[in-house]
Amino acid sequence: MTVGSLGELTAVLGVGQTRYQSTRGDVSIAGLVREAALRALEDASCTWADIDAVVIGKAPDFFEGLMMPELFLADALGCVGKPILRVHTAGSVGGSTALVATSLIQGRIHRRVLTLGFEKQSESNATWALSLPQPFSVSINAGAGGYFSPIIRRYMARSGAPELIGCMVAFKDRRHALRNPYAHLHQPDLTFDQVVDAPMLWDPIRFSETCPSSDGACAMVLGDEATGDAAAGPVAWVHGTAMRSEANNFPGRDEVNPQASRDCAVEVFSQAGITDPRSEIDAVEIYVPFSWYEPMWLESLGFAEPDRGWRMVEDGSTDIEGGDLPVNCSGGVLSSNPIGASGMIRFAEAALQVRGRAGDHQVDGARRAFGHAYGGGAQYFAMWVVGADKP
Amino acid sequence: MREVAVVSSAVHQVEALTFTTDVQLMVPLINQARDSVGLCQDEIGFTCSGSSDFLAGQGFSFVQTLDAVGAFPPIAESHVEMDGAFALYEAWVKLQIGEVDTALVYSYGKSSPGSRRDVLAVQLDPYTMTPLWPDAHSVAALQARRLLESGGVTVEELAGIAVRSQRNAVGNPNALRASADVTIDDVLAGAVVADPLRATDLAAEADGGCAVVLVAGDRARELCDRPVWIRGIDHRVDAHGLGVRDLTRAPSAALAAARSAEQAGFEADVVDVAELHASSTAQVHLLTGELSLGDDVRIDPSGGSLAGDTLMAAGLVRIAEAARQVASGDADRALAHASSGPCLQQNLVCFLEGQ
Repeated sequence: MTVGSLGELTAVLGVGQTRYQSTRGDVSIAGLVREAALRALEDASCTWADIDAVVIGKAPDFFEGLMMPELFLADALGCVGKPILRVHTAGSVGGSTALVATSLIQGRIHRRVLTLGFEKQSESNATWALSLPQPFSVSINAGAGGYFSPIIRRYMARSGAPELIGCMVAFKDRRHALRNPYAHLHQPDLTFDQVVDAPMLWDPIRFSETCPSSDGACAMVLGDEATGDAAAGPVAWVHGTAMRSEANNFPGRDEVNPQASRDCAVEVFSQAGITDPRSEIDAVEIYVPFSWYEPMWLESLGFAEPDRGWRMVEDGSTDIEGGDLPVNCSGGVLSSNPIGASGMIRFAEAALQVRGRAGDHQVDGARRAFGHAYGGGAQYFAMWVVGADKP
Repeated sequence: MREVAVVSSAVHQVEALTFTTDVQLMVPLINQARDSVGLCQDEIGFTCSGSSDFLAGQGFSFVQTLDAVGAFPPIAESHVEMDGAFALYEAWVKLQIGEVDTALVYSYGKSSPGSRRDVLAVQLDPYTMTPLWPDAHSVAALQARRLLESGGVTVEELAGIAVRSQRNAVGNPNALRASADVTIDDVLAGAVVADPLRATDLAAEADGGCAVVLVAGDRARELCDRPVWIRGIDHRVDAHGLGVRDLTRAPSAALAAARSAEQAGFEADVVDVAELHASSTAQVHLLTGELSLGDDVRIDPSGGSLAGDTLMAAGLVRIAEAARQVASGDADRALAHASSGPCLQQNLVCFLEGQ
């Protein structure tokens, strides 16, 4: 894989999010995506007429029971007469969608692109959608938590991490979420003991250490260098983008620290000219649907030495209060999980940080931030680095 | 615009694939497309696929199909829940950036295990249309009826389109409906399935898959004698609601054709062949007008999607078939078309040229 030109410079001109919650019964799916899109347009000081194309992503169609819903959403997203692409790359889809939109700018196909991820989980049942029986194969009906818990156990065994590291991550992210008005879970009275005492769902994952099911949408307006230069407010410049996938099941696969994850991180940091991510990145948004994935990804991505990521959790390095590498200041996936949007939220939150627009969860003086998403059986990875300055 | 060419392709289409997984279907096609230009997966810079979870009956179904590619060491890869023609578009965009020179595109669909005409009802507006469960044949018939009543076409002309497709399909191993001696009278003698459409007016539903390799610039010239250059490619979407559209038109098809003609520097009336992705003879008629195809253009030399229509792959198959015509020297310029959604809601047009 050669590292080459990024093509046209790309800027994040605007971000729009809906308030994430269990059920948005007050809007249709079209109403939900339009709400996020309008907020992104407003943030970018754009109108529908300024948008050349739309790139939309969501998780499996079964989550709402609709086949290729982008077709009926074309009207609500102002797409009539324009191109629309629908991306689906498992849980990483929100990130991949943003990267496909970025490639339309980098390849000089379009000047301004609206990109959006959504999920309206209340319209169906995600665990049903993930457990449809297949001929000639046994369904374990364990959901995502059942799939990942043995991998987490393996991490705990090989790193020697203390049992309560996961609870520390969950407690930190839920406290971060209190600073983010869009976060689904706002639990101001939550105590660490309550996190620890929560029921065990998939040992070692407690109920308190998993993500919620959310309705929500997240949108971004991306523009080329000229539109980024002309923007009235601060923009986020894309410094690096990478996607990697690997097969699910083969002998010798490191499921704790997949090579696709490591390769993707090497590529994205190399494009951004970053050699020491821990000191050169100011804010991190990584995809952590189960608490233990924070230390696991910190190691895989190169923010921590192998088997030592949990120490960053233990010593508070990833806490917005006093940490040198604040992770998931928005509250992360653990506090809001509209699946198809969750990856894009990570990318959008990274952009908000370097634009200085993250409100109460702003990392002071953030100049470069990292956005991350993963999916499948930890097989699909999408990452970007954004900066306050041009690359 | 960076020069990008189709350098190889492989197609397989049958009425029903039984006892065959998506991986088993795609392994030989992906291998054939890569091997015929001597590329192995480590030499592919970007991989992109298109498929539908609703056909597989399983969320994240494309994750398993990745096994057909051989995704280790890890690859740069993406997937669209769209026809493979749109995956090809995404790969073409990636090649425009200049970061990579080669791309593998594939797509597949196996609709035979279910009732495709009913499944497609969940592709409609879930609040206003799906609850009525309009099946795909009836939706296609609405459009055909509007065309007939607008006076733009006759039942006999539609039968003529069916005959042309079946005759052209003779010799195409991937065609399901082919006949050298079928006549308009034969077609008109068939029973009406969804008034005014007969079975021969509706695309023959197929299971299958397609793989295509794209290569940029001089590398394409090294890999094959006659690269098929993508001179223009564009796609557009129309409004979704059938009631808000004039079903005798497909403005997004005309717009996509105009935009790609602008890139290509030549118009649709000078192409030698056109491969159209239509679900009915009425749509072929409509597209012939919207795409401004000249009288001399050979339409659907493979039989088109009427002769074999694999949901999620039929658009990519059109590009492969058009490219095959150009690569063999039977055509110098070709137009390939892909569509999606009810009544040609979304359209992609690609102009190809051999050199």
